[in-house]
Amino acid sequence: MGRISASVYTSHVPAIGAALDLGKSHEPYWQKVFAGYEFSKEWLGKNTPDAIFLVYNDHANAFSLEMIPTFAIGCAAEFMPADEGWGPRPVPKVIGHPELAAHIAHSVIQDDFDLTIVNKMDVDHGLTVPLSLMCGQPPDDRFAWPCPVIPFAVNVVQYPVPSGRRCYHLGKAIRKAVESYDEPLNIQIWGTGGMSHQLQGPRAGLINKVFDNNFLDRLIADPAGLAAMPHIDYVREAGSEGIELVMWLIARGAMDDQRLKVAHRFYHVPASNTAVGHLILENPS
Amino acid sequence: MPLDKPYKDIPGTTIFDAEQSRKGYHLNQFCMSLMKSENRTRFKSGERAYLDEWPMTEEQKQAVLARDLNRCIANGGNIYFLAKIGATDGKSFQQMAGSMTGMSEEAYRDMMIAGGRSIEGNRYIGEKK
Repeated sequence: MGRISASVYTSHVPAIGAALDLGKSHEPYWQKVFAGYEFSKEWLGKNTPDAIFLVYNDHANAFSLEMIPTFAIGCAAEFMPADEGWGPRPVPKVIGHPELAAHIAHSVIQDDFDLTIVNKMDVDHGLTVPLSLMCGQPPDDRFAWPCPVIPFAVNVVQYPVPSGRRCYHLGKAIRKAVESYDEPLNIQIWGTGGMSHQLQGPRAGLINKVFDNNFLDRLIADPAGLAAMPHIDYVREAGSEGIELVMWLIARGAMDDQRLKVAHRFYHVPASNTAVGHLILENPS
Repeated sequence: MPLDKPYKDIPGTTIFDAEQSRKGYHLNQFCMSLMKSENRTRFKSGERAYLDEWPMTEEQKQAVLARDLNRCIANGGNIYFLAKIGATDGKSFQQMAGSMTGMSEEAYRDMMIAGGRSIEGNRYIGEKK
């Protein structure tokens, strides 16, 4: 059977990708962000899984307003980095895991979560920035990400977005699906987006460090309680785009509720308009 | 029975819900068209003519021509779609976000480096700062 060994949580700010791609990562402004991921790159090198189930959101790149799936699972063999208006990021294409993705889709839909199956999709910074942060820039002679990735896109752009509670229970259904897979694969689940930020209107630039650190504490120790937090608390306290944090509850739901090892924790303000939060949690072996 | 929309009392914030999405459909799809390089070129060489190809309201077209993102949002625009206009103009996301706050680019950037806009006094419309 498959097993979820660990989960990673991180913000996915587009400016982080731009800083890496334009060679600005050594500037003091960005060093403060990247310093928080030095441990993580080493950790992922030592703990490379067979595949990553990567929860993120599309930012009006793969999905326009023609179709707005609440939960979309990428079942293709590969996914290209999207052109978000500045040209595609110069990063490797993403190799999928169609067999495992199809298995998870089958199992999770039978568990009453209505996933949209996507067989052709470009992936934007929501997915590629976390990979860059955790893997670094792949060298020219081996221009590839370290393992296959199943993209899992959540609508957090048009309201209403799925509730924290629903995301948390979806994580549990994903775990059940992985554990019923025939091959003994080692799987990581990543939850991305957040932390507090608002990109629109006169309140743009909002940051709430108290909310963010409380969210990190509760995500570790009290995920079921945290999952009960209503949408309005996210948007009022963490900004209109802070609602992305519900995606972290999908990854958290796929982990043990208690007895986790906190391998790494990092928090920094700002990256562009956004507070950067990052956690690595390991399931007991 | 009206739907519960508790987010209407958050200051300086428009939640992109199904009602806003319906209002802004053509505006946002126009923005989406700017992901293609040939469309960016056509838009830049004649903005008004390009906008007239879309069934947008006059108010939406004027808001785009003025690059008034707050007005675009009031008329159903969503920031991730509007960002395509910014990309066409060569603006960063921080420049776009800052342009909606009434602050100068430098003042906005400095506010972010100093820890961002405080939540205190920014939770409810009419709240005392």
